[in-house]
Amino acid sequence: MSVEVRFFASLRERVGTAQIRLDLPDPAGLDDLLGALGRRLPDADLAALTAENVRLAVNQTLVAPPLRLCDGDEIAFLPPVTGG
Amino acid sequence: MHREVRIQTENFVPDAEYQALRRRSAGSAGAIATFVGLVRGVSGDADAGGLQALHLEHYPGMTERSIEAIVDRAAERWPLLDVVVVHRVGALAPAAQIVYVQVASAHRAAAFAACEFIMDYLKTDAVLWKREDARGASRWIEATGDDRDRINAWDDAAR
Repeated sequence: MSVEVRFFASLRERVGTAQIRLDLPDPAGLDDLLGALGRRLPDADLAALTAENVRLAVNQTLVAPPLRLCDGDEIAFLPPVTGG
Repeated sequence: MHREVRIQTENFVPDAEYQALRRRSAGSAGAIATFVGLVRGVSGDADAGGLQALHLEHYPGMTERSIEAIVDRAAERWPLLDVVVVHRVGALAPAAQIVYVQVASAHRAAAFAACEFIMDYLKTDAVLWKREDARGASRWIEATGDDRDRINAWDDAAR
């Protein structure tokens, strides 16, 4: 199955792209996602994505592990936010 | 309650929002509180020198819903009639308008408090990212300790 992974703000700049498509086993969890990302990205980028203050959204809803990802899911890595 | 959240690159006109609200809420609203946030011309980082631009990034869909959730929390706390939040994204120069919050209620206490509550939560809970571009350096900024203290004060007040 395949999922879309999106990066925002500082993470988008670090990874150098806003969005990548990944092929994952079905079913897939967080480890499968990070494993697939680790094969595409340098270690330092993966470390930035898994920093403690980075939150994860699946289909635009914040989630906490364990994850059960489905075909077509949109996964987003969200660095600390601020508006106003 | 009328709830309106807009994310846009273009500027907004406070008086147009106000007049539209006057027409919608004729007879029911007794108090309207409005807030306009502007881009400051100095960086939060003293070493960076003058701010050249603020860059705001959002996640279309999720950003709007995160702000609607803030408005809904305010509406649970105060009897609100009408709330409009307009937040700009993209590149904004110093002195540009960045955010507009407009709250109508029957009485002023609720309008003042809800307007402040919504602004405070926009700093910590809205799905928005802000980068300061100063001469030779840019940095993504985060909610400050003071921003979080203000949220904690609202939480304490609710107990």
